[in-house]
Amino acid sequence: MTARPALESTTLASEFPPGLKDFNFKVLWEFQLLGINFEITKLTVLLWVSVLALVVFFSLAVRNQKMVPGRLQFAGESAYGFVRDGMAKPMMGEEGVRFAPYLTTLFCFIIVSNWWAIIPVVQIPTTAKISLPVVLALISYVLFNWVGIRKHGVKKYFGGIFWPAGAPWWILWLLTPIEIISTLIARPVTLAVRLFANMFAGHMLLLVFTFGGVALLNSDNFVNKTFSIFSFGMAIVMTIFEFMVQIIQAYVFTILTASYLQGALAEEH
Amino acid sequence: MTELAEINGSLSAIGYGLAAIGPGVGVGMVFAAYIKSSARQPASAKMNLPYLFLGMALIEALALFGLAMGFAYT
Repeated sequence: MTARPALESTTLASEFPPGLKDFNFKVLWEFQLLGINFEITKLTVLLWVSVLALVVFFSLAVRNQKMVPGRLQFAGESAYGFVRDGMAKPMMGEEGVRFAPYLTTLFCFIIVSNWWAIIPVVQIPTTAKISLPVVLALISYVLFNWVGIRKHGVKKYFGGIFWPAGAPWWILWLLTPIEIISTLIARPVTLAVRLFANMFAGHMLLLVFTFGGVALLNSDNFVNKTFSIFSFGMAIVMTIFEFMVQIIQAYVFTILTASYLQGALAEEH
Repeated sequence: MTELAEINGSLSAIGYGLAAIGPGVGVGMVFAAYIKSSARQPASAKMNLPYLFLGMALIEALALFGLAMGFAYT
């Protein structure tokens, strides 16, 4: 244990303990608009590509609809059908069909954004930066509050939050703060943080095993070199595991939005 | 004051380990309850699936907050 392996010898292995630095990308293009600095990085380009891919996919899927659907139409319809019949209807009943297009867009967009994590060469999910999940969570937050206010009116909607139905008056000093925090603050924060942290942790996990494998392979020790196989093997296993997590996170984000919408629409909430 | 113990390395890692205990138990209980219920009543398996993921997601958020905090305070 006297001669420590020279980890700094190569560029890739020197990155071994991966950290926040691995989420900062080279600025490809920089410009100012209305006094705000815009920096276009790999992640921004990926974001545009995922939006474009979804627009193209769904426009081709709905174009030239037939009674017996073709392959593309079938794919589009099953995505919509899955969200409508699997999430919107079980959570909100027939009223939920109204929100199925939004939920489908949300589901597909999150799933595409997450899939960048395991698509070879790209391998960075756009949702691993907090900004994208925050925007998605804010859209859902504004939507469910707006829907609730539209349906019940400001007084009844916020009254339902401040005074939960059926609660006796003497418990309100405890219940009202909890309800306000959980409904108006914790909901958007957890929506955003859950998606972000899952993707962030997933990317970090893959980095640990790949960089770790490289670091082991570059060490002078023969035993360490042998164990790098296991590290790379774990990276592959974790890629498959991440594929599952990505789908689950998209599902969870959508179903939570549906459940919040249901809470806002319910007569007594 | 005498020092009883000393910690070397990343304190965030230890903090995240502590933060993961509760959610770990909680997620286990959610899945155990789902398996139990769908073994007794297989017809209800599909009906309960959204609630399984809902419960899992709500509990898991706590562990993920721990993870995010670990990086925020490094």
